[in-house]
Amino acid sequence: MARTREMLTGNASAAWGVRLAEVDYVPTYPITPQTEIIETLAKWICDGVMDARFVSLDSEHSMITAAGAASATGVRVFTATSSQGLLYGFEMLYTVAGWRVPLVMVNVSRGLSAPITLEPDHNDILAARDSGFLQIHCETCQEVLDSILMAYRLAEDERVLLPMFVNMDGFHLSFTREPVEVPDINEARRFLPPYQPNHAFFKASQPMAQGLAVIGGSPYSYFKYQMHLASMKALDVYKEIAGEFEEIFGRSYNTIEGYMTEDAEHVLIMSNSFSTLGKDAVKKARERGVKAGLLKLRLLRPFPDADIKAALNSKKVVAVLDQNISIGKGGILYSEIAGALYHEQERPLLLSFIGGLGGKNISSREFEFIFDSMIKADTTGEISAPQLLYTEGEWKEMERLKHLAGKKQESQIKIIGLYTDIN
Amino acid sequence: MEPTLIKSIKDLPAEENLLPGTPICAGCGGLLALRHCLKALGKKTVIVNAAGCFTLLSVYPFTPFQNSWLYTAMACAPAGAQGIRDALDILIKKGRLDPGEDLKVIVLTGDGVAYDIGLASTSGAIHRHLDFYYICSDNEAYGNTGFQSSGATPFASKTGTTPIGKISPTGTILAKKDLFEIWRSHIPPYLATISPGHPVDLINKFKKAEQYKGPKLFINLSPCPPGWTADPAHSARLAKLAVDTGIWALKESLYGDVRHTVIPKKFKPVEEYLKEQGRFAHLFKPVRQEDVLKKIQEMVDTYWKDVQKKESIKA
Repeated sequence: MARTREMLTGNASAAWGVRLAEVDYVPTYPITPQTEIIETLAKWICDGVMDARFVSLDSEHSMITAAGAASATGVRVFTATSSQGLLYGFEMLYTVAGWRVPLVMVNVSRGLSAPITLEPDHNDILAARDSGFLQIHCETCQEVLDSILMAYRLAEDERVLLPMFVNMDGFHLSFTREPVEVPDINEARRFLPPYQPNHAFFKASQPMAQGLAVIGGSPYSYFKYQMHLASMKALDVYKEIAGEFEEIFGRSYNTIEGYMTEDAEHVLIMSNSFSTLGKDAVKKARERGVKAGLLKLRLLRPFPDADIKAALNSKKVVAVLDQNISIGKGGILYSEIAGALYHEQERPLLLSFIGGLGGKNISSREFEFIFDSMIKADTTGEISAPQLLYTEGEWKEMERLKHLAGKKQESQIKIIGLYTDIN
Repeated sequence: MEPTLIKSIKDLPAEENLLPGTPICAGCGGLLALRHCLKALGKKTVIVNAAGCFTLLSVYPFTPFQNSWLYTAMACAPAGAQGIRDALDILIKKGRLDPGEDLKVIVLTGDGVAYDIGLASTSGAIHRHLDFYYICSDNEAYGNTGFQSSGATPFASKTGTTPIGKISPTGTILAKKDLFEIWRSHIPPYLATISPGHPVDLINKFKKAEQYKGPKLFINLSPCPPGWTADPAHSARLAKLAVDTGIWALKESLYGDVRHTVIPKKFKPVEEYLKEQGRFAHLFKPVRQEDVLKKIQEMVDTYWKDVQKKESIKA
């Protein structure tokens, strides 16, 4: 089978990544907007074009457990979930990461209840940031397919041995068709050989106890430190793997991606599919004379501090646009970027914006507002409080809905980043 | 093929797959039964454990087992068994593992897991016809957290969360869930209750179970000296009393067909079992709770009357 170019959804691209990785085992549980992935795999396995075992579990909690246990027995495992499902299985994320099993899991991001919704933001995947899973976040369908192949290489590397997430936005990427180059199976095998574990097994001739209890903080700390050091090591391993990937497939993926950042003074930081909107906004800002650029975060765990510092070196103002909200604190990635930049001698001014929650659109006017805020901060040296993006049109519509719901009074709390629509 | 059953305690397998020196409480009825279970199951096994007393059997870097072990979490041991079973099947089928390396997969949990938090994952595993053994060590409460009421706690038992007081002098007012019937409704090939006081019956049940592919499920009534407030030296006697009074019915089910394997010739009054245990002490002192004792006896009598009707046994 030669390389082909096809129009694929993000979900279909994920399924192709799994097929090319020649995964052995696929434990599943359906949830919107992920289900298309497992349905595609179920069909391929049923048709005999993919030699894997598919099993429907009774919950995501069971699904992650089965995935981890199978991986600990020595097969290559894939699974997928989203949002509520991810949180339903949450304790098992930490558990299977502690088992040091190199399974790969796709999360199709979706806002968290309540209120219950279907559309994306990143509170689900970022809730798992401390679990031990490595995380790659994707902007395009091609990136989803490629990242799954890279994820297995990284997770299975003897220096890493940690499970891995590949994240994409629900609807905006999961259900959007883009042209995707599907690699040839032999090329895929050259990059990702069959799984040959030296460490993972349950077999009669070599009994072993796994995942067992410890007494006291000393062994507990030891194993947690080991996981952390392995995750940090993955930063170097990632670069090796990304180099090999580029050599074979001609596509290059760094831990972060700079868009017009080289000569930029004002840099916007984003992740996932909405970065495409951000890149467009950067182009428009350039047209009106703003020296704008965009830094897309791709490898979120381990966090590539050094690459981020280098990319933001000598920039005047940086704005982090978080598509998540840590209630009572603000943007999660803002805090992480601030942490990365703190020790820099000449660090940029750092602004925080929250937008696009639950799939809320980020309009071109909102991007303009962000760049204007950066210019203002540069001129005045003043840093405003984190801004919650919400347009006047959205505000008015919300007031109308509240009226329909029987609320008579206008809300007493005004959202800080509210501004007037031009369009 | 009919399995070769054993006739007396002298025929118990000599092999030991659970070695002494564990941190489990003295007189633990669950450990006693587990030792027998592993004699029957042999060395080529992997135990998938859920949170409970037995989680403390394997504490890094020690394990008392001759076989493998995986601790999962509280609710999902059957799903862990699914992952291991499927992975072994895949590896053998694809020629990546010698069939001689195959393992029996055993889920080991307490009653809090089996009756409550892990019920969904167990139901899923039985429904999927997973080829595994499930051993539930039922001490009728959450033992590892200090004895709080679970779905397995019997009527009138005192526990940490069903204390005895002015408002509620009875203790647990709910009846014990019938896990045997819950499991049986899935029609597994083999399902049985066992007792550490009846090792011959226990071993024979494993011998029968071995013939079937699919879920093979066991519920062991495990005398628990600290939780039941009983003398550790009396655990085997308590286990026998539970059977002799008819409180713990030893039975098996083959594809849903139930048969009682040990039927006392003459049932002892339930009081003989209850009065041995601190968890039922409030039924006798300071005031004898006649109505409660009567109700417990009636529950047992009703059960066995029903058995007589269904299995037309000779009294």
